[in-house]
Amino acid sequence: MTLAELESGKLAVVKHLKLNHQEKELGKRLLAIGITPDKQIQVIRKASFGGPLHIRLGSTTEIAIRRQEAKMVQVHCLNSL
Amino acid sequence: MNQANKNNLNNLNKFTSCHNDTSTLNSATQSRHLKRVVLVGMPNTGKSTFFNRLTGAAAAVGNWPGMTVSFLQAQVKIGGKLTELVDLPGIYDFNGFSDDEKVARKFIAKYPLDLVIVILNASQIDRQIALPLQIKALGLPAVVILNMADEAEQYGVKIDTDELAQRLDMPTVLISAKYGKGYGRVYREISSALGQQSQTIQESPTCLNNCAEITPQQIESVLSGVVTMPDRIGVNLTTRLDRILLDPVWGLPLFFLGMYLVFSLIWNIGLPAQGLVGDLTAWMQTSLIEPILSPFPEIIQNFLIDGIWNGLATVTGFVPLIVLFFILMAILEDSGYLSRSAYLMDALMGRIGLDGRSFVMQMMGFGCNVPALMGTRVMRSQALRLLTMLTIPFSLCSARLQVFVFIIAAVFPNRNGAIVLFSLYLLSFVAAIATAAIFQGVFKNDEPFVLELPPYRFPTWKQVIIRGWGEVKHFLTRATGFITFGCIAAWGVTNLPLNATGLDTIGGQIGQFLTPIMSPLGIDPYLTLALIFGFVAKEIVVGSLAVIYGLNAIAVSGHISDTVTFAQGYSFCIFCLLYTPCLTTVATLLNESKSWQFTLFSLAFSLTLAWVASFCFYQTVLLFGFQ
Ligand SMILES: Nc1nc2c(ncn2[C@@H]2O[C@H](COP(=O)(O)OP(=O)(O)O)[C@@H](O)[C@H]2O)c(=O)[nH]1
Repeated sequence: MTLAELESGKLAVVKHLKLNHQEKELGKRLLAIGITPDKQIQVIRKASFGGPLHIRLGSTTEIAIRRQEAKMVQVHCLNSL
Repeated sequence: MNQANKNNLNNLNKFTSCHNDTSTLNSATQSRHLKRVVLVGMPNTGKSTFFNRLTGAAAAVGNWPGMTVSFLQAQVKIGGKLTELVDLPGIYDFNGFSDDEKVARKFIAKYPLDLVIVILNASQIDRQIALPLQIKALGLPAVVILNMADEAEQYGVKIDTDELAQRLDMPTVLISAKYGKGYGRVYREISSALGQQSQTIQESPTCLNNCAEITPQQIESVLSGVVTMPDRIGVNLTTRLDRILLDPVWGLPLFFLGMYLVFSLIWNIGLPAQGLVGDLTAWMQTSLIEPILSPFPEIIQNFLIDGIWNGLATVTGFVPLIVLFFILMAILEDSGYLSRSAYLMDALMGRIGLDGRSFVMQMMGFGCNVPALMGTRVMRSQALRLLTMLTIPFSLCSARLQVFVFIIAAVFPNRNGAIVLFSLYLLSFVAAIATAAIFQGVFKNDEPFVLELPPYRFPTWKQVIIRGWGEVKHFLTRATGFITFGCIAAWGVTNLPLNATGLDTIGGQIGQFLTPIMSPLGIDPYLTLALIFGFVAKEIVVGSLAVIYGLNAIAVSGHISDTVTFAQGYSFCIFCLLYTPCLTTVATLLNESKSWQFTLFSLAFSLTLAWVASFCFYQTVLLFGFQ
């Protein structure tokens, strides 16, 4: 599943980024901000009106990312809790 | 330990006064007597905080041949030797594509250097460690600073600094730049690294073509066993505040409520303070300046009192307001709430072709449009940058705030001033949003939106005071520079030719000449003239009003309330909010867009918008029979 589909509060790990060729740039940015394979990831909340997702990466990094970009992040839900 | 730190701090402070202006910095660089240290790090890691500590805030902006942007830099004595410190823009990745990243790369490739200081946020070391690894792969000598030790500790991040230093093969120090902890050690490490480094690294061209990709395996092998990240973090202040402030339903209303409270605070404190300063300057005028000048001929007295003194005294009345405003701004900027407002507003901004960061820049523009325009450099898509830059000049900056406070206080003499002021802030948003909506088809942007949300932080008193003082200094420099010049010019055109008065003077003639254009907006020739001076800087508007009417601050206010109606005053405010920004902003617009066409277009558009908006407002009000 993708990050965009992950429910708020559920814990997951990043599998890989699904990017096509023109999006290499975005891939670098996402890696640099910490969306790397095997990293623990969690959607804390989603903004209304289709706004961005509030994400926690690992334990100490929090970011806002648009749903559009979140679709490119493949995750594996840990289904705990 | 504490004592040692303090001594080092004192030592450093003694040397930090030796900063020079830009031109000498450049020539010194070229002759290479100085060692050069560059500061790199991801955005928001405390780079500026550290830089200010190291340089005692005695930094200047320097221009470098071949570089399109300027950097903050300073000369300090480190280990007894004069050393040049350059603060490069914040970067995520040496291979990144943003303007800032290209610039940082180019600087390192092009200019000789002796040491790189890499600053990381210790609590995010798991991802930020890639940056020092890249520096290492480039073969650059470096000292690694793990900043925000205090936050890392709160999160429960554990770092074995000595072992990490060994694995990186670079001196590594854990510090807290904000509170000064560990600072003495950093200073010693830097000075000893500089001492050992006998050879300057001349150029690093490899940096330009795809240097060092760092793999997750490399990161793992450096960090494993050395760094322990907490598994999960519990409930803390940030998560608690976020639950309220980022609520899907209440987040936005709370944002606007907060803004309203801030501006009514400014109104309710700033205005009485202005009155007090007004009383003080009026007293100085009658009991000091007038007696001293009485022996001089009337024309000289008139020039000095009505021309310079009245103008400057009126502008000075705003110093308390400026201080208060920028203290609030400093708290807001430092708190981390601005990035949250980007999160809240992104859905709306996305619909008009902007993103959450554009919104943050508009908020920064409330302080001053110039840094807000420069802040758009973090955007990589040129279309997004231009569209954002088109909207920023509509941000109601602190200089325009002075004009509005002055006019509103004069024409709305009841207690609704705060609401009227807030309505102008809303208008400022609406103008920006409408502009983006109109032109989003011209500037098409498909830039991704990913933004960090740092934990909530509160500035220390020291940070607030430094910021407030910096802004006052900036304001006073402007006051002694072109605000005085503007007041003199205003005096000239409203008093020449000699013996002419009122509308027969040059200024009166200009005002009358423009009457056919301005009278449908309810703006009289005097106010028109003040607006013309506002082309240079908005602070001059208020100063020039005092000069044009030849009255002191309090009397001008009274005079305006006698001659200008509510509707005319508000129409004047609308026009002043939307028409061309100040000269410095225009110059920055040109500098950042590097396009004459774009700059001229922006000017023409805002003038037109200002006229149309004022016209619609004033004529509608007249239609309904208000005056
Ligand atoms: N808690 C904490 N905050 C810090 C520290 N150093 C800097 N900050 C804060 O981090 C924020 C970003 O700092 P700044 O120097 O502007 O970062 P820059 O973007 O890297 O230049 C500001 O709110 C600082 O007050 C530190 O050691 N501890």
